Amino acid sequence: MGMFDPIKGFGVTFSTMFKKVVTEQYPEEFHPTAPRYRARHQLNRHPDGLEKCVGCELCAWACPADAIFVEGGDNTEEERYSPGERYGKDYQINYLRCIGCGLCVEACPTRSLTMINFYELADDDRRKLIYTKEDLMAPLLPGMEEPPHPMRLGDDEQDYYTYGPELERDRSGKDEEALQ
Amino acid sequence: MGLEEKLPSGIMLASVEKLANWSRQSSLWPATFGLACCAIEMMTTGGPRYDLSRFGMEVFRASPRQADLMIVAGRVSQKMAPVLRQIYDQMSEPKWVLSMGVCASSGGMFNNYAIVQGVDHVVPVDMYLPGCPPRPEMLIDAIMKLHAKINEEPMGPRRAEEKAERGEELPLPPSSVKHAPKSTREARLAEVPANEVEGRRRSTIPLELLEER
Repeated sequence: MGMFDPIKGFGVTFSTMFKKVVTEQYPEEFHPTAPRYRARHQLNRHPDGLEKCVGCELCAWACPADAIFVEGGDNTEEERYSPGERYGKDYQINYLRCIGCGLCVEACPTRSLTMINFYELADDDRRKLIYTKEDLMAPLLPGMEEPPHPMRLGDDEQDYYTYGPELERDRSGKDEEALQ
Repeated sequence: MGLEEKLPSGIMLASVEKLANWSRQSSLWPATFGLACCAIEMMTTGGPRYDLSRFGMEVFRASPRQADLMIVAGRVSQKMAPVLRQIYDQMSEPKWVLSMGVCASSGGMFNNYAIVQGVDHVVPVDMYLPGCPPRPEMLIDAIMKLHAKINEEPMGPRRAEEKAERGEELPLPPSSVKHAPKSTREARLAEVPANEVEGRRRSTIPLELLEER
């Protein structure tokens, strides 16, 4: 104990003035999350725009919080949403139940369901926090076509799963040739 | 809401309403109501890194009589529900409730006999914040959205009627878009999923369909 001890405390306060400020100015400045941060779901598409979801409900079964509701439907030749027999007709995720554990993503056999980093979900209406299929579908990228439409990348779903990326590359190559 | 209801009609002007709302939203004191793991994130939000005092909210009041906002952070057990209601009743008007995290909002993964399935069974909720637990940015986002709501709050029953007649829905765009400086807004807008942005708000499930289930 010395007579300067009471002043030492002020020394700490004073030296802090020259330290870098740690505060994140959140709403004004946005700092991205870690790339694999699990916030919101997305239903992905095949390269031609067909949906990857086959309506198998494995995500709903895997969900520990019972947040997912899936209803499968049958594809027909006239109305095709995904390659193969079945597609997810109705798909809902209740974000007031979802705990973001990612078990649904692990369960998904077609890599249809993944998660993105967007997290600003707060709302004043419970109903708005039940995301429907339209809200969850990935945006259409260039070269994609809004389903329903016939299979563009092969004759059956096996082509999509085994040669999908290759076929897409071939197809886009052909497109470029045609353009030239 | 309080004093303004007792005033004769025609005295309160729209600009007074704006001023009152602005002052209410600029110094919204939360009541301490941490119940579980969400409270840890709530404390982080009050700490130096996220610093709620930027919005005049750093004083988490231990007494409900001095608080305006109750952040229900965590799962509400059946045993806690009456306590929560009492705290809410003791808060002075005007008061708001923010249901933080999925457990408070709907029971989350604890769908059992011990947990209240959504705190809105007990108190009226103004803002639902999903996430388990929500990160501090998400809480700040919810608070900013609540601020926007408070800013639009009608003063007195007559104004409320007028607003209800107009039937406008308050858009709640992501805070990082709404509050972004002009130089970075475009870049941020490009990162946000299109259906989350104002004007293209999420679709709502029709009420009849929900009742059916």
